Amino acid sequence: MGELYKRFGGGLATTFLALVLLWIAGMVLAPNIMMVDYALRPNLPPSQIGGPNDVYSLDNVLYLANEAVHRSIFFKTIWASAFVAFATFVVCYPLAFWLAQHATPSQTAIALLALTIPFWINEVLRTLAWYILLAFRGPLNALLLGVGVIDEPMRYYGNGGVLAGMIYAYILFMLFPIYNAIESLEKAQIEAARDLGASTWRIHWRVVMPHAKAGIATGCVFTFMLAAGSYVAPALLGAPGSRWFTEIIYNWFFEGGDWNRGAAYALVLLVLCLAVVLVTLKLARVNLTDVAK
Amino acid sequence: MSAADRISRALFGFYLVAFFVYLFAPLAIMGAATFNASRFPTVTPWQGTTLQWFSELWSDSAMWQSVWTSIVVAFFVVLIALPVGTAAALMLTSLHARARGFLYAVMVSPLLTPGVVIGIATLVLWRQLGVGGGLFLIVVAQASFIICYVMLMVAARLQRFDRTQEEAALGLGASKFMVFRRILLPFLKPALIAAAFLAVLQSVENYNTTLFVRGFDTPLTVFIATKVRTGLTPAVNALALIMIAITVLGAVAYEIARRRQARAGKAA
Repeated sequence: MGELYKRFGGGLATTFLALVLLWIAGMVLAPNIMMVDYALRPNLPPSQIGGPNDVYSLDNVLYLANEAVHRSIFFKTIWASAFVAFATFVVCYPLAFWLAQHATPSQTAIALLALTIPFWINEVLRTLAWYILLAFRGPLNALLLGVGVIDEPMRYYGNGGVLAGMIYAYILFMLFPIYNAIESLEKAQIEAARDLGASTWRIHWRVVMPHAKAGIATGCVFTFMLAAGSYVAPALLGAPGSRWFTEIIYNWFFEGGDWNRGAAYALVLLVLCLAVVLVTLKLARVNLTDVAK
Repeated sequence: MSAADRISRALFGFYLVAFFVYLFAPLAIMGAATFNASRFPTVTPWQGTTLQWFSELWSDSAMWQSVWTSIVVAFFVVLIALPVGTAAALMLTSLHARARGFLYAVMVSPLLTPGVVIGIATLVLWRQLGVGGGLFLIVVAQASFIICYVMLMVAARLQRFDRTQEEAALGLGASKFMVFRRILLPFLKPALIAAAFLAVLQSVENYNTTLFVRGFDTPLTVFIATKVRTGLTPAVNALALIMIAITVLGAVAYEIARRRQARAGKAA
């Protein structure tokens, strides 16, 4: 802190300090603390707030544990988000490897430019594109009917549509970290493994993937978190029978009118995501500093 | 080349084509549907080529209202995020390693928080203070994580800053404020412009956080999502097409500026 004052002088340093404090305390910490406070209190009519019933408890969190429908949606959200992370990895890995190791510089430049374009486009619009593609009388059904794969148009909305939309929306969050990680792998290492008789699978499993571990972990963390916290894809592509955990949270706030329970659910989602982030980074021995790049 | 090699090459080529088709076909179909006369946006069947959906979009006052809302929000988000993000980056560089690690973790934590949670936390805090959802809360909630991006971009540029320039200016009698204004700020300018661009993009495209704090205000993304549920016509595709065009042009301009900067940096 002394360093800051020494470098910029009293006026500027105090301004910087005040701005950062306002952000960290007022916009990051205070809202989260208030959310925890909400989550632990019962939902009471205004007259009883501060009264004898207004005590801290885990009731709102336990409600989630005991309500069968919400609990199953919560678990579905976890495994489906993990699936999104896994599927994006499978789809991206070959391309990332090719770009980083085999493509000529001009091929790489063109491919990266082409890849960044969808990356800049709004998530809502990318989801809308899938909504149109999957529509009952839409292009995908028309194509499959035309080819003769199906006899009747299908309804894709529901879990399948939601997952397809999410994989599409988050794919580049997986591709770029892996590409960056593989790019720093020396070609000689792969050649050495090949000369020693390793099969292609073995080279990837024992040489490339361990080297790209940090990138893979970063990609998985981001795709999982984005999927678990997504609202657009389930809202647009989901069916009534395929609700997502975020939709239940939304309902507590704007339809159920129980903000305390909603805050508790949001807190559970936050803890889940932070736990996944920390455990994954720990397992892959990656620093937070490397992730934020 | 052996047969096995040729097969694996062909397979990979097929995969590569499939990947790019997968990436662009949905966007192309969405764009093409704008010009179809069909009431529901689709390309099958093609009921005639038309530009009517652009004029329909043009006369949609609710759409203009939401464009305006998004512009106002983005403006104030940039206004808050640039100075705060810069201050945060400067503060990080002048801390000792241990304190820096901790502060850094706190500062990037909003990036690892699901967007809906940021919106909810902001909403409950401000309800306690008697402020409901609306423009103000959208700005506050969005800024709380967009500041992180600004901080990271400014911090990245700061790493290449040569402190001796500051010392030289001080030695020549400049005040500390003058050194900041005339040496550090101009050095940071490219990063600040890039950060402002990214902040606008993040703000306009945000949906998850905004949804919870919007109150009765309707920014563009919320407008589009609502339209999908209540009455999707190709006018929404027209809007999407225009937004994509603006984004791509902006991204290309940004890329060009960045490369020119990198080249200038190398030459210097």
